[in-house]
Amino acid sequence: MNFIVYISDYIIPFIFFYVIGLGLLTKTHIFDEFIEGAKEGFKVVFDILPTLIGLMVAIGILRASGALDLLSGLLKPITDKLHFPSELLPVVLVKMFSSSAATSLLLDIFKEYGPDSYLGRLVSIILSSTETIFYTMAVYFMAAGVKKTRYTLAGALFATLVGTVASVIITNIVFY
Amino acid sequence: MLNYLWGFMILIGIVVGALKGNIADVSNATINSSKEAVSLCITMLGIMAMWTGMMQVAKKCGLVASFTKALRPVIRFLFPDLPKGHIVNEYIASNMIANILGLGWAATPMGLMAMRELKKLNGNRETASCDMCTLLIVNISSLQLIPVNIIAYRSQYGSANPAEILMSGIVATSISTLAGVIFATVARKLSKLKERKR
Repeated sequence: MNFIVYISDYIIPFIFFYVIGLGLLTKTHIFDEFIEGAKEGFKVVFDILPTLIGLMVAIGILRASGALDLLSGLLKPITDKLHFPSELLPVVLVKMFSSSAATSLLLDIFKEYGPDSYLGRLVSIILSSTETIFYTMAVYFMAAGVKKTRYTLAGALFATLVGTVASVIITNIVFY
Repeated sequence: MLNYLWGFMILIGIVVGALKGNIADVSNATINSSKEAVSLCITMLGIMAMWTGMMQVAKKCGLVASFTKALRPVIRFLFPDLPKGHIVNEYIASNMIANILGLGWAATPMGLMAMRELKKLNGNRETASCDMCTLLIVNISSLQLIPVNIIAYRSQYGSANPAEILMSGIVATSISTLAGVIFATVARKLSKLKERKR
């Protein structure tokens, strides 16, 4: 299944080629627009920096104290039965509530095990294929003033579960 | 929500650290982690700006608009009860495209506009309509094809090939979205059956 990794190498160059090519054909001022858009990216990153500092400090404390190892030790009997690495269960659970907290846990996994390890690859793929459930629901339904959300939660949990299981299977097939 | 999550993480960490005799490490972690967050953001500045710059070009040369148009049949399938030509179709399409292209901050405002219109179409009731449920489930199933932020993080922590997970991520996210779509479609059919029985 090496070709999946192989295709991955082509995705970003392909997008660049396509967008730039089309930009030239339509006589768009591509460089000016690129600069304009890049400024937007700066804003996005600066906006999340304070959140990231706050959460990375909290996760840093948890890691240094030994609490994260304690937690994955406690979860191990359950996750072993599910054939899921106990180190990643906290990320999956936290991701349902807060995307930035899950990001901090992902970074902690990268630091502890490396982004190219089994855990590093798996967590990258899991977080690429799931979204924050409770936060998204709260924001959308509160904005619309809706109180009864019916089967939304069940559907969201189902999609997240399928995505997580698929990530484990895909990681095993593609990389190992 | 985050108040409690964050607060308890810190308190638990400090208590466990003190009990296990790791309090010096805890103290260092507060300093090192905050520094790390900043150096991470510097990496992210580059990669994020590269991506949003490219997406701005895509927007200006009409690529995003043509994607939005291409999405119409999909939206008709997912939301069969929406009135044709209603503005809410546009909001939903823009929300999905922004999500697919990894512009989450642009997706949310469009999604919220769509929700408000859906509420009007639902007679301003406080119970979610099937369309709202579908919109939320599809959003939460994750549509993002290129996880730029994850590539940035991988690169910051020394991955030999940060983009190697791209295609696997696309496959995984398509499967989770498909699962969400199947769930939403079946649930819509079931709730229509129930209504008819009444």
